[in-house]
Amino acid sequence: MNDALMIDLEALAQEAGLPALLAELDTSLVGLAPVKTRIREIAALLVVDRARRQVGLVASAPSLHMSFTGNPGTGKTTVALRMAEILHRLGYCRKGHLVAVTRDDLVGQFIGHTAPKTKEVLKRAMGGVLFIDEAYYLYRPENERDYGMEAIEILLQVMENQRDDLVVIVAGYKDRMDTFFKANPGLSSRIAHHIDFPDYAPDELLSIADLMLGGMQYRLSPAARDTLVEYIALRRERPHFANARSIRNALDRARLRQANRLFASRGGPVAPEALMTIEAGDLRASRVFGEPGSSA
Amino acid sequence: MRLTQGTFSFLPDLTDAQIKAQIEYCLSKGWAVSVEYTDDPHPRNTYWEMYGNPMFDLKDAAGLMTEVNACRKTFPDHYVKVNAFDSTHGWEALRLSFIVNRPKVEPGFELRREEGAGRMQRYSTRSYATAKPEGERYR
Repeated sequence: MNDALMIDLEALAQEAGLPALLAELDTSLVGLAPVKTRIREIAALLVVDRARRQVGLVASAPSLHMSFTGNPGTGKTTVALRMAEILHRLGYCRKGHLVAVTRDDLVGQFIGHTAPKTKEVLKRAMGGVLFIDEAYYLYRPENERDYGMEAIEILLQVMENQRDDLVVIVAGYKDRMDTFFKANPGLSSRIAHHIDFPDYAPDELLSIADLMLGGMQYRLSPAARDTLVEYIALRRERPHFANARSIRNALDRARLRQANRLFASRGGPVAPEALMTIEAGDLRASRVFGEPGSSA
Repeated sequence: MRLTQGTFSFLPDLTDAQIKAQIEYCLSKGWAVSVEYTDDPHPRNTYWEMYGNPMFDLKDAAGLMTEVNACRKTFPDHYVKVNAFDSTHGWEALRLSFIVNRPKVEPGFELRREEGAGRMQRYSTRSYATAKPEGERYR
């Protein structure tokens, strides 16, 4: 074996900043093991492709269109945003911006309005990632004159022909996406990566709360922490539980109550710690605990 | 006679890769790019037809290249140019404009002389192509 032809994969990965990127992904995203595994695989593939190109082997651009399915608040949009940056750093996307759209941005209101509208969005997304949230709304089987199908057809054409110009990520709730794909097999087969986002476990939700509070420069008192654990357990059983989003809403409401508490007890100076700390009472006032006379 | 006008008029026609590189430059400056076409090549014809709207929030040249290629396909025997518009205060004008497609045969221009009063000569130019109505030139 000729040593001059040996390729150092580690050096290639370092050059793309891959280890730092994956480490950052691990710390900033809680849980989501299947998602992280898939990102790692894609990253490895892109590095190996780069190595193959260096020694003159064929490395055709892989199809990286993705579908994110999962319950509300499992981090689909967050990961999509992150994905754009990752693909950019790995040299797959030229610009690495994310264009997030829903049905309104793609489908027109009258005949002949849809195609230019969809093409406009696709042009904007080129060089980056097109993120279609709640993609199943594109297809409305109950209305045969719906223009959604036209948007899907244009989308398919670009996904197939300009694979190196943009990456399309469709996202939505699991069951509705399944029906959507069943009705549009062409779309399903053009998406190479179907990633399912699992629900968070209670301890993962707690770490998410810690991350969120850290970002907002708040902290929980020890008693409040225990209350939050209790809150998560109760909230998970209630209807309309939206994983991380429910936690964020709960924390936002706790911030409101904390501000209200501090404001009501004004008259003396307030320590910076008091401004930062969320007490058990701020969480305990939640409706989830079922106390009479409490707010949401 | 080969029509020359715009930013790179002294150069041979740009290849697609070169066009793409120029567009990347425009986008990096934050200019809005657009595609226009015409079959009236007179140098004083500043009002070319717009092919779609100017692309104000484009990030990558691939988006413009799809438009250029679509325009070339629709009007293979027209002149097609790419414009880059700078909207910053104080400029608000085209910063770059160059031809990306031209008819296969360009008949050139006729120099017309007109006798004025007192043996005065007036000159004007007219493209041989414009003798025919719009849409039927360069066939």
